[in-house]
Amino acid sequence: MRLAFTPAEEAFRLEVREFVRTRLPADIRRKVELGLRLEHADYVTWFRILEARGWLTPGWPVEHGGPGWSPIQRYLFDEETLLGGAPRIIASGIQMLGPVLIAYGTPEQKAKYLPDIRASRTWWAQGFSEPGSGSDLASLRTTAVADGDDFVVNGHKIWTSYASWCSMMFALVRTDPHAAKPQEGISFLLLDMASPGVTVRPIRMLEGGTDLHEVFLDDVRVPRVNLVGALHQGWTCAKFLLGHERTGIAGIGSCKQQLARARRLSAQQGLDRDPAWIARLAQFEIELMALEATALRLLSPGQRSPVPQVEASMLKVRGTELRQAIHEALFEIAGPHALPFDADALFLESLAGMPAPPELGTLAANLLDSRKLSTYGGSNEIQRNVIAQALLKA
Amino acid sequence: MDFTLTDDHLALRDAVRRCCDGEFPASGRGLPESTETEGRRHAAFAGLGLLGLQVPPAHGGSGLGPVEAMLAAQELGRALAGVTWLASAVLAAPLIAEAASPAQQDRWLGAMAAGSLRATLALEEPRMRWALHDLRTQARLGADGWQLDGEKAGVLDGGAAGLLLVLAAAPEGPTLFAVDGGDAGLSRRPYRLLDGRCAAHLRFAGSRAEPVGRPGAGLELAESALDRAGAMLVAETTGAAEALMALTLEHLRTRRQFGKPLAAFQALQHRIADHAIALELLESMAGVAALSLQDDTPQRRVRGVAAARTLCAQLGRRLALDAIQLHGAMGMTEECAAARYAKRLLVNGALFGDADFHRQRFAALPSDLASQGDTP
Repeated sequence: MRLAFTPAEEAFRLEVREFVRTRLPADIRRKVELGLRLEHADYVTWFRILEARGWLTPGWPVEHGGPGWSPIQRYLFDEETLLGGAPRIIASGIQMLGPVLIAYGTPEQKAKYLPDIRASRTWWAQGFSEPGSGSDLASLRTTAVADGDDFVVNGHKIWTSYASWCSMMFALVRTDPHAAKPQEGISFLLLDMASPGVTVRPIRMLEGGTDLHEVFLDDVRVPRVNLVGALHQGWTCAKFLLGHERTGIAGIGSCKQQLARARRLSAQQGLDRDPAWIARLAQFEIELMALEATALRLLSPGQRSPVPQVEASMLKVRGTELRQAIHEALFEIAGPHALPFDADALFLESLAGMPAPPELGTLAANLLDSRKLSTYGGSNEIQRNVIAQALLKA
Repeated sequence: MDFTLTDDHLALRDAVRRCCDGEFPASGRGLPESTETEGRRHAAFAGLGLLGLQVPPAHGGSGLGPVEAMLAAQELGRALAGVTWLASAVLAAPLIAEAASPAQQDRWLGAMAAGSLRATLALEEPRMRWALHDLRTQARLGADGWQLDGEKAGVLDGGAAGLLLVLAAAPEGPTLFAVDGGDAGLSRRPYRLLDGRCAAHLRFAGSRAEPVGRPGAGLELAESALDRAGAMLVAETTGAAEALMALTLEHLRTRRQFGKPLAAFQALQHRIADHAIALELLESMAGVAALSLQDDTPQRRVRGVAAARTLCAQLGRRLALDAIQLHGAMGMTEECAAARYAKRLLVNGALFGDADFHRQRFAALPSDLASQGDTP
C-alpha cells in the first residue's frame, strides 16, 4: 500500500497538465471556469486537439485507437484535464457507442462509424429514455417492425443530450412485443437523424439550457444492417454500455474543479476569514479525499477490480451528492449576486450584460443544472436499490 | 495511490482474526472485561506478536509499520477488543522506540513486546478539551532526581499499566517523563468508558520520574503518538462498523412485520445502502490515515490523520445511532450486540479529539486544492 502515485504516474500527470496548459484554447478554458455553456464547435476543437495526441478515446482498446492506459492513468487524465479547465469528453459516440460497436458491431459497422467518431465528424445521440420509461428503461415502447430490408421505427425518445448537434442516433427499440420479459424483446439500432420522420425539439431546462431534446420518430426507415448485436438482444448491448464507463463515475475531477472554484471565489468574496465557512470548505475537502481514496482503492489490483456494479453505484451516489453539495455552497458564495437571472445567463455574451460579476453570475444556473447529476445514469434512488439488493441477498 | 494488500498482509489479518475469534466469543463482545480476562487477552496478543508489531527486532519485535498495525486494529475493532493493545503497543511502544534512550529501550521494549509490561501515555488533564495546551502537571528536578506533581485524565489502561509516560511542564518546555506504575506518589482512580474499556484518572504527588526523549520535545512526541493512535482508531472503527452492519443486515433479513421481512421495505433498503457507502469511505480513510503516518513531513501526517478522524467521528456516530434505530426497540437494550458496537463507535469518535477538533487541525493546514486548481 502507498499513498503517493508512482514516479511514472506523476510524470504522466505532469505531461497531461502541461499539454492542457499549452494546448487548450484560452476562450474555451474561460468558458469552463465561468461555468458557461460550450458550443458544439468548442467541443470539436478540443476533441480534435486530443485526438491528434491520441488521447480522445481512453476507454477504447489499443487496436481501435485507445492509448492503452492503466485505470490510474485514466483517472489522472480526467483529473488533470478538468482541473486545467478543459471540457469533459461528453460525446456519447466516444463514451458509449464506440465501446459497444467494438464489442458487438459487425466489421462493416466498425469501419463505417468508428473513424468518424474519433474525428468528431459524427456526433451520436443516445436514444434510450422515453416519456414513460425513465428509471424503468425496459418498459420502453418505441417499436421497430421489419419491412423488407428495413425496420420501420415509431416512437418518442426524450432527454436526448445534444440531439441538435447529432447526425446519428443509437436507439433501443422494441422488436418483439410478445417476449416473456420486457428486456427480451429489445434491439439496438443505429439511426440516421436526417431520415424522413425524425423530428427534434429542444427542451428548455430550468437553468436556461437547451442541451436536452425530445426526438419524435414517425415511420422512420432504418436499414436492417444497422442492427447492432443480435435481434431482440439489444438489452445486452445497453447493459454493456451502461457498465462500461466506471472509472470516471465518481466525477472526482469535476468535484475538484468545483471545489477549487469555491475556494477561489470564497477568497474573492472575503468568506475565507469566516471560521464557519473555513470549516465548511474543510469538510468538503475531507469528503473529497475520502471519495478519491475510495475510487482509487476500488481500482487497486487485487482489490475488487474491475469495479463491479455495487461499487460503481456507491461511487456514483457519493460523487454526485458531494458535487451537488459543492454547487449549493457555490450558490451561497454568490450571495445576492446569485439572484439576478437571465434565461440566457449561460452564454458569455448575455453574462456581460448582467449586473453580477461574471464569475458569480452563473452559479445559480450551475446549481440548478447540477440537479441532473443524481437523476441521470440511473437515478441515485435506483443506485441505492442496487446496493441494498446486493447487501440484503440472504 | 495504491491500496493493494500483499499476501503477508492478508496472512497477518487472518491470524489476528483467528486469535480474536478464539479470545472474544461473539456473545460477550463489548462487555466490560475483568482484570484477569484483560491480562489473559494481552498475553494472547503477545503470543501472536501483536504487541511487538512496531517494536524493532533488536528488542524482540517485528519492526513492521502502520499498515500492518491498521490491519490488526481492524480485526480488534471487529472483536470489540479492550484497550491494552492501543495503549501499550500503539501509543507507547513506537514513541519509546523513537525517542527513549538506548538504556530505556532495553529496559522496556522487550518486556512490552512480550506482554509482561504494559505501558500507556498520560497526556490530557481534567481542564483540557483534547488540545494539550495549558499544561498544569509540573516536573521539578530535586536532589533525588525528577519529581512530578499534577493530574491526568482519561488515561487508557491507566488503572493497570506498569509504565506511565506523562507529559509535564519542565524548564525546557513540555517534556515526557516515565513514572513506574508502583510509584508511592501515584494514586489511580480507574473507571470504564462508555463502551466498557478501561481508563483512569491519575494523581501524581512527588512521583519519581525520569525524562523520556529530548527535554522540551514532549508535545511534538505526544502529538505524533496521538496521530498514530488516531489512525488505529479509524481502523478499529472500520472493523467495528463492518461487524455492526452485518448485525443490522441480519436483523433486516430476519425480523418480519406486516407479513414480510424488514429488508423488503425500500425506506430501510436506502438507509442500509447509505451505511454501506459510509463503510467504504471509512475503510478508505483508515488506509489514508495509516499511510500518512509513514510520511516524513508532519504536515502531511496531520492532514491525512485529521481528515480521517473527522470523517470517522461523523460517519461512525451516524452509523452507530442509525443502527440502533434500525434494530428498533431491541437496539435500545443492553443485551443487544449492535448497541455495544454503537457505543464503541461513539467512543472512537471522541477519543483524543472529536470531528470539530480534527477538522480544525485539518483546516489550519494549506489546502491541496489551493495550488492544484488555480488556473490563471
